[in-house]
Amino acid sequence: MSEIAQTSEAEIPRPADDRLRRALFRFRQSKLSMLGAAVVAIVLFFTAFGTVLAPYPEHIAGAVDTANRFQPPSLTHPFGTNELGQDVLSLVMAGATVSVLAGFGVVLIGTLIGTLVGAVAGFVGGWTDEGLMRLTDLTLTIPSLILAMAIAAALGPGFTNMVIAISLSWWPGYARLVRGEVLAAREEVYVTAARAIGANPSRILFRHILPNVVSPIIVKMSLDMGFAILTVAGLGFIGIGVRPPTPEWGTLLSLSRSYMPDYWWTAMAPGMAMFFAVFGFNLLGDGLRDILDPKARR
Amino acid sequence: MTHPLLDIRNLHLTMTSFDGAAHVLNGIDLTVNRGEIWGLVGESGCGKSLTGLSISRLVSTPPARYIDGEILFEGRDILSLPAKEVQSLRGKRIGMIFQDPTTNLNPSYRIGEQLVDVALAAARHDASILDCPPNASRRERRRAARRLAGDMLDRVGIPNAEARLDNYPHEFSGGMRQRVLIAMALIGRPDLLIADEPTTALDVSVQAQILKLLKGTVADHFIGVILITHNLGVVAETCSHVAVMYAGNIVESGPVAEVIERPAHPYTKALMASIPTKHSKRGSLNGLGGSVPNLISAPPGCRFAPRCPHAVEACTQTLPKPVQVGGTHHAACIRLTETEDLVDA
Amino acid sequence: MPEPILQIENVSKIYGARRTLFGRTAEVQALNNVSISVQKGESFGLVGESGSGKTTLTRSILHLETPTAGRILFEGQDLALLSSAELRRLRARVQIVFQDPYASLNPRMSVRDIVTEPMLVHNDILNLSRVQRTDRAAELLSLVGLGPQHLSRFPHEFSGGQRQRICIARALASGPELLLLDEPTSALDVSVQAQVLNLLCDLQDRLGLTYFFISHDLAVVRYLCDRVALIYRGELVEEGETDEIFDAPKSDYAKMLIGAMPEVKVRGNAA
Repeated sequence: MSEIAQTSEAEIPRPADDRLRRALFRFRQSKLSMLGAAVVAIVLFFTAFGTVLAPYPEHIAGAVDTANRFQPPSLTHPFGTNELGQDVLSLVMAGATVSVLAGFGVVLIGTLIGTLVGAVAGFVGGWTDEGLMRLTDLTLTIPSLILAMAIAAALGPGFTNMVIAISLSWWPGYARLVRGEVLAAREEVYVTAARAIGANPSRILFRHILPNVVSPIIVKMSLDMGFAILTVAGLGFIGIGVRPPTPEWGTLLSLSRSYMPDYWWTAMAPGMAMFFAVFGFNLLGDGLRDILDPKARR
Repeated sequence: MTHPLLDIRNLHLTMTSFDGAAHVLNGIDLTVNRGEIWGLVGESGCGKSLTGLSISRLVSTPPARYIDGEILFEGRDILSLPAKEVQSLRGKRIGMIFQDPTTNLNPSYRIGEQLVDVALAAARHDASILDCPPNASRRERRRAARRLAGDMLDRVGIPNAEARLDNYPHEFSGGMRQRVLIAMALIGRPDLLIADEPTTALDVSVQAQILKLLKGTVADHFIGVILITHNLGVVAETCSHVAVMYAGNIVESGPVAEVIERPAHPYTKALMASIPTKHSKRGSLNGLGGSVPNLISAPPGCRFAPRCPHAVEACTQTLPKPVQVGGTHHAACIRLTETEDLVDA
Repeated sequence: MPEPILQIENVSKIYGARRTLFGRTAEVQALNNVSISVQKGESFGLVGESGSGKTTLTRSILHLETPTAGRILFEGQDLALLSSAELRRLRARVQIVFQDPYASLNPRMSVRDIVTEPMLVHNDILNLSRVQRTDRAAELLSLVGLGPQHLSRFPHEFSGGQRQRICIARALASGPELLLLDEPTSALDVSVQAQVLNLLCDLQDRLGLTYFFISHDLAVVRYLCDRVALIYRGELVEEGETDEIFDAPKSDYAKMLIGAMPEVKVRGNAA
């Protein structure tokens, strides 16, 4: 017995991107997921190019056309004009940039903080875990809008401060999610195998544990995008978010509220924009969960 | 002549997935009579579990699709019965036991309650099992069902059965839970018992007890059993008959003693040669090269041909029909006579 | 006399009682005064059923768990007295193959990354460049019956038997002397099991490895091992040459276990 039996187990002629193809196949199976992806694509398109493509770019910069105030929807102004005679469509298109970017910033910062806290808590365990998770619980007990208001009030209004303010109340969800996932992944056999090899803790965390908890984080990010946009709009609505004349959906809605119901179109357009953005991100999130995290399906 | 207990005829089943439709059962023929314990052996993916599930019609369609064949249970085709009648067969005439005893008991109900429920459901079909007058009140029926549950637990060898009825599943060990499941499967006095890897999750010593219990049950109640397993040793010690499956086909079948003593099909031989025995020398095991073929684009011929040491051109042309080797011993291979002299080699 | 590579001396492990919401849980004695000595170059089989403590013993040998009492010596060095740097060097010399080939490979890593990881971790000893590591990975793959074309694949593209081969290649990557085999074939089909068992035999002949083989499958242990120890509820019940134990078991437990072993008894097999 000197010769090693070469395995003749059949070669599997699969391309390397097989997993991706399967995921796309599953994603395409669901019409709602596809719809979500399409809506999100449109929203992202306006985020990137809304300001450039707007029919009345001067209105975005704050120009006023009082002669044409409160025009109902028409061909020249598909969503009418507001109390300053600005084209509502242009404002909503430009507002996409601020709202979606703010929402994205909130989710991104929240994820970073939450993942860091959750991963350390779950991986280190013991008193570190206790301490970090009690801090997380503490943050969760404070209503997020009120915390954000307090922080925004302390830091002063403005885009960056608003994003920071919301992020600081946003991370606990991620911390809890990541901690749970890390705790589960820590018990995987391949992690024990890595420990048996002699890999150091940081290698185990970054190479073996975190790559395997990315899927649920991405799903949560996608589901959260909608709520983040809503929260940003909420702060804008109560007047501590982005200040006019910078167009933002919440602010636009807030300004138009005094002119309801006579000039309904001023509220209609930003409201619908928000509705579609939130709806799209939620559908996309559900679809992503189905392909990335099949265990959680229905 | 009366019908055999179970008669599977030319059963074809396909499974549709992302990659296409796989022909997972490719003409299964199997006849089980009362008093027989049939071992259904084969390696993972050979279709043995699907065959078992098909008998209680527990395969979801789609993604599965029966394209041909029938499963006759006492002469009635299970595949064409209305769902309601199949429901009344399941658990009453046809009992099932699965591999993992932990997941098949509801953790939040006492063992007794679960057994009583099964007994009462079975009594709706055959009132005689409760052994109480037909006009008995609900209360009396429940009490009778509980008595029966205690009896059954006692029969499957659970000590102090009456008291154990009030325990929750987690208070039982793995082997004991499997006994409870056997009791549950037997409580409706089934005529056919399908046991899918009932001992795979258990220790060898417990496995021996469970298999003995299974054999005793067949002797006591004169029922038919299909024991699905990958362990030829279990088959050799427990079964009266065996059917060896490979890639959706039964390649060899017959009385256990004959098949094991004189395996005829090259696959059966290869399977036997890969089991380490008392006399196998270190490093001398003959594993089987290659792997199970992709059933999505399975070639027309014998599905074992690509791995078969005796395969010739003709093997890849048509699917071989079962050939009588002796008595009821059949093997589906066209090269039987040529490989005959290799049996003992 | 051959020298022992692994000595387990009077090892006990008690999992302490924990206080929970509903009172204290009971103490669990997982190992009770177990002593085993494994010689260099032999295959030593440890047989036990579930709950026998064999997993605890394996984890203790890997120093993933600390025994409550007793010592574990590798080539005469007490594991408990090693510094963390020495312990890390020791990990290169004691490796493990786990039972479930589906769970023991990180699904996000390519075969190249999986097999080169031990070399990377122990690069202070091995001193290999990136190219050398890849070459060695390819060599290891062909040693276990796979090929260099598999380097860029991911675990999910392989069958169970092939995955177990990858696990074996990974275990060999750091050049170990002692290989712990924790039921390496019990998740595999018999025909694949036979291939893996043959591979293990062959690797031992070629590389002079010592095997510590943990299993509940007596037939496999009898096939592969020179000496066997039976463990029951944390206690060593019987130990000896494989043939002796199987032909003339002394303890009741061994008799029961061997009697319960389902076997295919065929006349023709004696040939």
